[in-house]
Amino acid sequence: MSILINKDTRVITQGITGSAGRFHTQQAVEYGTKVVGGTSPGKGGTKVDGIPVFNTVAEAVKETGANVSVIYIPAAGAADAIMEAVDAELDLVICITEGIPVLDMVKVKRFMEGRHTRLIGPNCPGVITPGECKIGIMPGYIHTPGKVGVVSRSGTLTYEAVYQLTNLGLGQSTAVGIGGDPVKGTEFIDVLEMFNEDPDTEAVIMIGEIGGTAEEQAAEWIRDHMTKPVVGFVAGATAPPGRRMGHAGAIISGGSGTAASKIAKMEACGIRVAPTPSEMGSTLYKVLEERGLLERCRTK
Amino acid sequence: MNIHEYQAKAVLASYGVAVPQGKVAFTVEEAVEAAKALGGKGVVKAQIHAGGRGKAGGVKLAKSLEEVEQHARALLGKTLVTHQTGPEGKVVKRLLIEQLTNIQKEYYIGLVVDRNTGRVVMMASGEGGMEIEEVAARTPEKIFRATIDPAVGLMPYQARQLAYSIGIPSELVKKAVSFMTALYNCFVDKDCSIAEINPLVVTAEGDVMALDAKLNFDDNALYRHPEILELRDLDEEDPKEIEASKYGLNYIALDGNIGCMVNGAGLAMATMDTIKYYGGEPANFLDVGGGASEEKVTEAFKIILSDPKVKGILVNIFGGIMKCDVIASGVVAAARQVGLDKPLVVRLEGTNVELGKKILNESGLNIVAADSLADAAQRIVGLV
Repeated sequence: MSILINKDTRVITQGITGSAGRFHTQQAVEYGTKVVGGTSPGKGGTKVDGIPVFNTVAEAVKETGANVSVIYIPAAGAADAIMEAVDAELDLVICITEGIPVLDMVKVKRFMEGRHTRLIGPNCPGVITPGECKIGIMPGYIHTPGKVGVVSRSGTLTYEAVYQLTNLGLGQSTAVGIGGDPVKGTEFIDVLEMFNEDPDTEAVIMIGEIGGTAEEQAAEWIRDHMTKPVVGFVAGATAPPGRRMGHAGAIISGGSGTAASKIAKMEACGIRVAPTPSEMGSTLYKVLEERGLLERCRTK
Repeated sequence: MNIHEYQAKAVLASYGVAVPQGKVAFTVEEAVEAAKALGGKGVVKAQIHAGGRGKAGGVKLAKSLEEVEQHARALLGKTLVTHQTGPEGKVVKRLLIEQLTNIQKEYYIGLVVDRNTGRVVMMASGEGGMEIEEVAARTPEKIFRATIDPAVGLMPYQARQLAYSIGIPSELVKKAVSFMTALYNCFVDKDCSIAEINPLVVTAEGDVMALDAKLNFDDNALYRHPEILELRDLDEEDPKEIEASKYGLNYIALDGNIGCMVNGAGLAMATMDTIKYYGGEPANFLDVGGGASEEKVTEAFKIILSDPKVKGILVNIFGGIMKCDVIASGVVAAARQVGLDKPLVVRLEGTNVELGKKILNESGLNIVAADSLADAAQRIVGLV
């Protein structure tokens, strides 16, 4: 089992004829993901690497029975692409695109209210259920099927955590990058809730960064609801205040959103926090050992 | 992106936000000319991209042209140190000469994008002139908020509620509502990330106007606002950061001596954190981003090396969308072009990692390979 996506997920790529869309669609297909179509306005009726291309998402869904889309459309058109996918009533839309204006995302969130679709991202690496389905830009080979859930605001730090887990013999149920933007589709708590209910997830690594209060809110939720161990990490302890550290959402403003305050809150809520990013895996390993969960999580 | 106060006031005025009369001056003569148009007196305000100018002596009242000249002469070229500039301060190169205002009371109005609701929120307080963070910490009950539905915008009832809550005199509430509406329209139209009017003032003449104004813009939206991009003042930015922005690189100069080149913002921050954890000091934050070309990587490397403080470089790449061979080729090309004479530790993992390692090995350059982030950080700290 897993969350969000699995071997039965049917995916379309929005922006399949662009270089990023095409490259990562090929990678996903090689991994075993069921990519059933793609969209590119004006190129409907053609094929890319054997995958049928449609002019609109609605048409692609009708023809292929897709239930998930992934977006590789440049920032200026990405909000429109998300809304098109939401209007086509897909279950899940994963937006990889970086650099979408924040007020575009404010409109997208308003548009999505009361509708069926879940959005992951934008500005995220995507979602992978190892051995079953890879949607996004993460390198597939570092993952192993298993019992640890990973949720993160940062793409490359997710890879870092996954790779450490794999090297320690701890497979992953699903790894979810929720993205580095301040206004996004899915928050830590949404994913934690899913991991908590997933019978095949035994423990979770949650990777945060400076800016906002999502980590603090998640920590309180974990304290009050989570039945599985959670290990954390927060990037940006050395970041200067007032500067946007790459991600639009990674900024310490008015003294709030610092790594120190997030780590303190997480620890106060019973979350073990890794002192360096190199120790995310080993910190979880220790926690599993202490709780007698190690054998259940070890990759057979 | 930040702009100066006088620029922010001009942008706001174009939306109907009331601001005092004033003019920018780059020289003492221009300052005097500007004051003549204001009746021979005015406020001389230093224009730098930092708050706290008043306390630092960057805002002076002048009751005569002689005083305007005196203050302008003293301020132009002066290094102003405020709590936001850092200890090195900022050199004043522009002044705003503005009409004197008969202030009756000061207020605060601000707009930000709230992460929790995913909406624009207007904040208002009767504690004008104070830092809003301070008010929020000490007396949170004195800050009032209105969450704005993007489908309809700021509604008049919301603006009225805020105006009454912060104690705007009844007869001026209508003017305050117009002010707030115009401010919101400007915020949304120009893709602002922060708008702060601190203070908003009510004058003896019954005007409601922005005595100070701060506008920040969403960098991701600047592509659709060329008129805002024109207001960028390169004097206010680090030259290395300007160079980096030409190539679409996320670079932030810091004080340490270990240059970093990383892909992904989170990993770049975590790399800085790890360097510090092992006793080193990072010289910069640098995220080469997702689809970086070899040329972009080469430029990034050159920018790092242009910092005289840099004594060693750590390259940490976990390839996803970014391919390791592209990074390796860029590093090799840059090292050849500029002549690398400093220790270089490289850690590669992810997409096309074997190809990347091969390019580095066959380059003949003196590159220390590392197995993990911790290993890489310890090695570079040991080498500088």
